[in-house]
Amino acid sequence: MDFFRQHILSITTFTPLVGAFLLLFVGKENKNAIRWIANLFGFLGLLVSLPLWFWYNRADGGFQFIERHEWIKTIGANYSLGADGISLLLILLTTVLGAIAILSSWTAIEMRVKEYYIFLLLLQVGMIGVFCSLDFFLFYVFWEVMLVPMYFLIGVWGSDRRLYSAIKFFLYTLVGSVVMLLGILVLYFHMPEGQRTFDYIQIMNYLHASPLASNIARFVWLAFFLGFAIKVPMFPFHTWLPDAHTDAPTAGSVILAGVLLKMGTYGFIRFSLPLLPNESQYFKGMMAALAIIGIVYGALVAMMQKDWKRLVAYSSVSHLGFVMLGMFCFNPNGVNGSVLQMINHGISTGGLFLIVGLVYERRHTRMISEYSGLSHVMPVYATYFMIIMLSSLGLPLLNGFIGEFTILQGAFQVSYTWAAFAVSGIILGAAYLLWLYQRTMFGEITNEKNKTLKDLNFREVATLFPLVVLALWIGIYPKPFFEILERPVNKVVATVQPDKFTVDSMGNLIVPDKAKANPLPASVPAGTEAAAAIQRDLPTTQSATPGVEKK
Amino acid sequence: MTLPQVPILPILPELILTLFGIAVMLFDPFTAKPHKSWLSSLAFIGVLAALAGNVLLLAAEGEYYNGMIIVDSFSVFFNFLFLIIAGLSILASRQYLVREGVNHSEYYGLLLFATVGMCFMGGANELIMIFIGLEITSISTYVLAGFRRTDLKSNEAAIKYFLLGSFATAFLLYGIALMYGATHTTHLSQISSALLTGRIDLRLVLAGTALMMVGFSFKVATAPFQIWTPDVYEGAPIPVTGWMSVGPKAAGFAAFLRVFFVALPALDQKWFWVLWVSSVLTMTIGNTAAMLQSNIKRMLAYSSIAHAGYILVAFAALTPNGIASIMFYLLAYSVMNLGAFAVISAWSLSGERRVTIDEFAGLGYRQPWLAAAFTVFLLGLTGIPLTAGFTGKFFMFRAAINSKLYWLTIIALLNSAASLYYYLRPTIAMYMREPGESGRTSAPQDSAPLQISMATKVVIAVSVLAVFYLGLFPSTILDFAQSSAFLVH
Repeated sequence: MDFFRQHILSITTFTPLVGAFLLLFVGKENKNAIRWIANLFGFLGLLVSLPLWFWYNRADGGFQFIERHEWIKTIGANYSLGADGISLLLILLTTVLGAIAILSSWTAIEMRVKEYYIFLLLLQVGMIGVFCSLDFFLFYVFWEVMLVPMYFLIGVWGSDRRLYSAIKFFLYTLVGSVVMLLGILVLYFHMPEGQRTFDYIQIMNYLHASPLASNIARFVWLAFFLGFAIKVPMFPFHTWLPDAHTDAPTAGSVILAGVLLKMGTYGFIRFSLPLLPNESQYFKGMMAALAIIGIVYGALVAMMQKDWKRLVAYSSVSHLGFVMLGMFCFNPNGVNGSVLQMINHGISTGGLFLIVGLVYERRHTRMISEYSGLSHVMPVYATYFMIIMLSSLGLPLLNGFIGEFTILQGAFQVSYTWAAFAVSGIILGAAYLLWLYQRTMFGEITNEKNKTLKDLNFREVATLFPLVVLALWIGIYPKPFFEILERPVNKVVATVQPDKFTVDSMGNLIVPDKAKANPLPASVPAGTEAAAAIQRDLPTTQSATPGVEKK
Repeated sequence: MTLPQVPILPILPELILTLFGIAVMLFDPFTAKPHKSWLSSLAFIGVLAALAGNVLLLAAEGEYYNGMIIVDSFSVFFNFLFLIIAGLSILASRQYLVREGVNHSEYYGLLLFATVGMCFMGGANELIMIFIGLEITSISTYVLAGFRRTDLKSNEAAIKYFLLGSFATAFLLYGIALMYGATHTTHLSQISSALLTGRIDLRLVLAGTALMMVGFSFKVATAPFQIWTPDVYEGAPIPVTGWMSVGPKAAGFAAFLRVFFVALPALDQKWFWVLWVSSVLTMTIGNTAAMLQSNIKRMLAYSSIAHAGYILVAFAALTPNGIASIMFYLLAYSVMNLGAFAVISAWSLSGERRVTIDEFAGLGYRQPWLAAAFTVFLLGLTGIPLTAGFTGKFFMFRAAINSKLYWLTIIALLNSAASLYYYLRPTIAMYMREPGESGRTSAPQDSAPLQISMATKVVIAVSVLAVFYLGLFPSTILDFAQSSAFLVH
């Protein structure tokens, strides 16, 4: 048990790899054996990751479960893993969605089954690795390696223009990440000779003690930005996303939307913000603008889609805009909401892709016009779709609401304009999702082929059920999630805005004395609503669930 | 009269290779045709013996034969590299030569002699010695390139390489002459100290440097002297192409590095910009042209040009780190490329048919292991992590950034990302298309099960393992390279 506890991150990361390795030795005719093994290891991967939730010490905002071994000594690269609250939730999201994605492929994939599951499991390794690496070199290895299985998943098992989409996905993200590599190397050489290392914590400490010259720092920030913004994707780097999401097989889309995009947002919150706080401040306006454009543009384009899957893909652009906006509020509400919304988006959009996949498997078309009145023949399906759709559009008591509400709270504290645009995104979101639901589920069945559609079987329900449970849990009682996020997020916020927020070593916010707190930060004109909001919120931000208890 | 005592240890690997090369040629007339493969085993044993001899060299560092030959960890490293390349190439050629009906033992003899020349280039401490090594290598290579005597393309490759190669050698020789005229020595470290005295005609030295650079650039195929590469690589027999793209290139770089860092460091600011420009041109031309190819050999020819460009990036860093990373990269690139050519050779049909990218369609399902290995090599050449290609490029670009070559590194990184486009094309054909989908219908006998010989399998397996080993645990090799690189600088 002790061994397990000390190496839980490694075990979580490499359990799928063991599965992939075992699959190599199964004959490719034994499709069912392959499926069982893959599912077993998908589920096992989830199982071994669950203790993280219980063992994680919520009172400490630093990295936990740290593992560290020397790797390439000459260049100072280590095998070092660790997780704080932010990565913890994303790791759990990955293991949950991974298991679901594997389960959802049982009947969808009939061709080259063995290779399919091997790639799916390898993908899982890469993604979990990204979220728990505490070494830039290791991080970069995981970050790029997972492109390979995804490329094959889209290219071999995708639909329509799969070749185009697969290459586009691979090339876009690769260009971003090589430029990011340049940024990493500049940080590395900023360290004094003899102490050079790729260790995240050491680099961060050194950068805070002796920052880079501001022009170089901006260059590095932009290098990271390119790498992460392509992944998120932020407007105008989003063009690979609709193609890749649409043409990927269902499980691929679930993973793409659910986890892969989070790697970009995670990159911002883990690297750009804490490492280069001043530059993050400097580019705040640009980021907010791009995020807002993403929110509105993504929603408008989603509304116009004829292809069901493409609609969901564009809704991701919009939702990820929310995540980025919340993050660049640089206050506890915004950042907490941003991270929670990453999880929410994984649940809701992952669910929506599963929903599309279920009918696509039955009808082999994704055109919205091909479907109508499905609720008559598939009531269970329609119910699950309804819950997930509502969670995506942010209905209270479901997860999306909590995330968006908290982000909006953060945005209000910064700027009314930001918040106003963000709210419009929610309204547009409600519009395209409800319209989609109405067109596909309600009305008369106009297409003969839809009359004989089978409702969900047990396995299919099993893929959707956990998502609905999570959506309800976060929607009704998000406190455990905010408890996990609070201190790590405080640390990030205090790094970016040291003049407004200070934390102790554990990550607790230190509430300034009234006398000191009164002179408001220069960026907020005194007497405005925003200033009042800050004053109102300061005492409450230290409570475990910012903004939520007030409901 | 007594003969002077001549130590044989400093050139032990070369001597062993020569003896085995002669033995292979001598035994040939006495070997019946069906047993000719025995001679390739003999050549392989020779390489193993030379490897063992090379280990002994580690204990014999120093200058020998009036300073003509130097034994240091740099030369030992390159000897290892050349011998590994030779060993893998011999194994990779066996099946091919039989299939193409050119199973003559001169092939193995020439391969060993060329390796002798390469070892001399790595251990030469003096310009004439470098020239001799280069000539031994080149002349053997001319013959090897034309080894499929009845094939027009192979003939074309040999003639082209011979004519252009002779020109390049002439340039090099002229450069050496000018250098000698200016400094009165051909010994590398004496040239260096002569340059530092300042009492020499700088114009002659610069002209000599430029001419030598032309010679070396031709041998390692960097722009603007890369024009010969695609035709020669396409025409030469597949295993020879694989060998040429790594062996003589690595030898060229070994000599290039040694001459410029030992003899000419005083002028490094003069030749730095030449390297910079040549690097950008080489990468960009190589990658752009590679995207347009349909023949896999031509594609890999252009890719090898691009890789020479990446190496120049680290060259331009002008640091021991840069040199060490080049040494590491040459090893990484060698195993990836040799592996890739072994796969191509295994998949191709007699008469060198089935070598276009589209014709790889379906390989992924007919030969899953072969295709998987090919994918590993291609991703390695792209520089995807976990492979030798990534660590190799990473070390080179790290050295470049350390020397503040930001723009050059950015260009190299973007080039490297763009190269993904053409390296993915065979994977698309292998996994994402069915055979015949490309419009070509293959003859029925072409779909007969592939017979892959044990030797080829060994080459591919060893290469795959090496690609992962260098990608995951590069420390040992890198540290060794790093310790040798300090000696050169």
